[in-house]
Amino acid sequence: MNGHAPVTPADRGPLLSPFNVAAGLLLAIGGLVVLLRFYFGLAFATNLTHATTWGLWTGFKLVFVALAASGYALTTAVYIFGMHEYHPLVRPAVLSGFMGYSLFILILIFDLGRAYRLPYPFIIQPGVTSALFEIALCVGLYYTTQFLELTPVGFEWVKWRRWRKAAVAATVGFTIFGLMLSMLHQATLGALFLTVPEKVYPLWYSPYVPLHFFMSSCVGGIAMCVMLGLACKKIWGERFAISDEKLDELTIGLGKAGAIATLVYFLVKVVDVALHNYWHYLASPLGLWYLVEILGFVLLPTLLYAYGYRERRPGLIRFTAGMAILGVILNRLNISIVAFNYKLPLAERYFPSWMEYVVVIFLITLGVTIYRGVVKRFAILYDHPDYEAHH
Amino acid sequence: MTISRRGFITGAVVGSLGLAGAARAGSGVHLFEGHPGRKGLLHDTTLCVGCRSCEFACNEVNKLPVPKAPINDKAIFSARRGINDKLYTVVNKYAEGGGRRPPVYRKHQCMHCNEPCCASVCFVKAFVKTPEGPVLYDPDLCVGCRYCLFACPYYALAYEYNEPLAPKVVRCTMCYPRIKEGKNPACADACPTGAIVYGKRGDLVRMARDRIRKFPGRYFDHIFGEHEYGGTSWLTVSGLAPGRLDLPENIVHEPLPNLTTGFLTLAPLVTAIIPGLLAGFYAFTKRRDHLHEEALRRELARFARERADEVEKALSAARAQAARDLERAVERGRRTGRLEAVREAAEAAKPEPPKEGGAR
Repeated sequence: MNGHAPVTPADRGPLLSPFNVAAGLLLAIGGLVVLLRFYFGLAFATNLTHATTWGLWTGFKLVFVALAASGYALTTAVYIFGMHEYHPLVRPAVLSGFMGYSLFILILIFDLGRAYRLPYPFIIQPGVTSALFEIALCVGLYYTTQFLELTPVGFEWVKWRRWRKAAVAATVGFTIFGLMLSMLHQATLGALFLTVPEKVYPLWYSPYVPLHFFMSSCVGGIAMCVMLGLACKKIWGERFAISDEKLDELTIGLGKAGAIATLVYFLVKVVDVALHNYWHYLASPLGLWYLVEILGFVLLPTLLYAYGYRERRPGLIRFTAGMAILGVILNRLNISIVAFNYKLPLAERYFPSWMEYVVVIFLITLGVTIYRGVVKRFAILYDHPDYEAHH
Repeated sequence: MTISRRGFITGAVVGSLGLAGAARAGSGVHLFEGHPGRKGLLHDTTLCVGCRSCEFACNEVNKLPVPKAPINDKAIFSARRGINDKLYTVVNKYAEGGGRRPPVYRKHQCMHCNEPCCASVCFVKAFVKTPEGPVLYDPDLCVGCRYCLFACPYYALAYEYNEPLAPKVVRCTMCYPRIKEGKNPACADACPTGAIVYGKRGDLVRMARDRIRKFPGRYFDHIFGEHEYGGTSWLTVSGLAPGRLDLPENIVHEPLPNLTTGFLTLAPLVTAIIPGLLAGFYAFTKRRDHLHEEALRRELARFARERADEVEKALSAARAQAARDLERAVERGRRTGRLEAVREAAEAAKPEPPKEGGAR
């Protein structure tokens, strides 16, 4: 890749661009709802019940973390498996992962009753038999790791050469540590559901649900990398270090990876239904919905990825990546909301309030806005010209 | 099984090893049959008349508002009610009476499991199973994640959703303070028909068995809570199967926490295996890249040598040619006698120097 992309001064553009106005509006409304939540409590802002205490926000916690897999997916490919051609996408992917975890932590703070006690498991009394303890520990460590992975960007900006050199030298260590932590907590997020075998519709419940979660996070991570490439090209094309042809080439490669990941995930899901002999559950409304998820948003992406790779069609691969991301979102919301408490009568089931949706949209807008701001100001899309390419 | 001090310290320092310790403790529970002499309660629905005295007594003891519907208001049974933060126990009707059969009511509340799932999933250990039987909750530790509500198979916990900044999980405490004073739980004392009996859990199980044996027509042959998910302190006997009483049916005898601890034992293994494995992959990649680079360098060197040889050959051929040309020109000049022609020819025959930037 070339290290000669021009560093244009952060061109802020007009303040009242359509994006800024829309984002500002969403952030204002969402921020207001968040304030209301902290003033009146969860009862005001959400439709949570004593029976369904984890709702849309928890569903999106799972989504944010699953899609934040872009960071470990790409750092592993580049730094561990030596696929150096993907290097231009590493920083966009790690930054996106970092944003994903940031949103996770924010929505956690909104959702927790006493978020100010978050350090308690570590400083007061650890509950080590809890899956949540492992998640808290791993997410805390991984969030820190991702931050450290991004420090070279900051050191380049403030021109601290020696610090940058030290941070870059630790890249492989961070990558290994990060992947280990991701394998742990991505899977353990699935393990949250192990304890409710009677509450989750059997097709979504499995002793292997941790494996499902990890596999689908790979799917989500790869698909996010494709979409990030597209976003970088569409929005910041002139700042992006790689040419359109090169990006298409990488997208096709990611399509191949995506085909493999979705195929493995699909097989794991099929094996699960076969192992438990749950075929008869497919012939029910929820069973059909399961088929929509698995055939429409896992198997179909597998085939489209493979076709797009074979026919070298980056556009198709980008479309497929969008489907795969929808599939991951669908899966997380299905297991945590749609298939959860399926035995309860409809009147006692949980349906999110409009404010819950607003907060989710607020967070996504916030994430995109901050991402845009960082990309505009820092060397994310190109190698900083003052330094050798950092790989 | 003992944990050495060093093991304990290491576990405290490294979270993953802490998990390992927990997993070991978790696997040890198979041998633990529960605190001997622990207390429990038996609800015999065949004696329950649905007066909801227990609800009123519970709310009074727990300083909760008096239930809105007055005692003996049967209209309240038209809709199923769940427990909530203002009602820790709730009586529902599950079958209409008819002929000589009375209606069936069941009281619901925290079951005080032998192996409480709420306790095992709490990441600050805010729940403890006391030797006396009740499962207690410490609001001073609670972070408000509500994993306990999520995990409870009996929907027996409630949360103060109205509290913006300091909500608690609330539920039946089996009247732990009263038990400590030597009193019965309030609901047992309030029950006018003796449908709720408080005592040692072992005695209650025997009592329930006796009743089922003596009146087989009256009871469905099952004591709910004897074995479900490792057993509970609240036991229920009824004329109906548990499934018709909104209780989970045909569930395993294995404690629920085991479903998670089995997986969590993998965590220390992952921390042990993955770094080394990935470092191995990295070393492999590095070596592959290194070998690749070496091969490339060798290839380049060979190519350069070949090019140099070619250039050398071409150069000497050109020199020889130039010498011959010069000789011929000199000969021609001598023949014609024109010195200028000789000089011109000599100039023209000079070999050109090799170009800059060519193969070295």
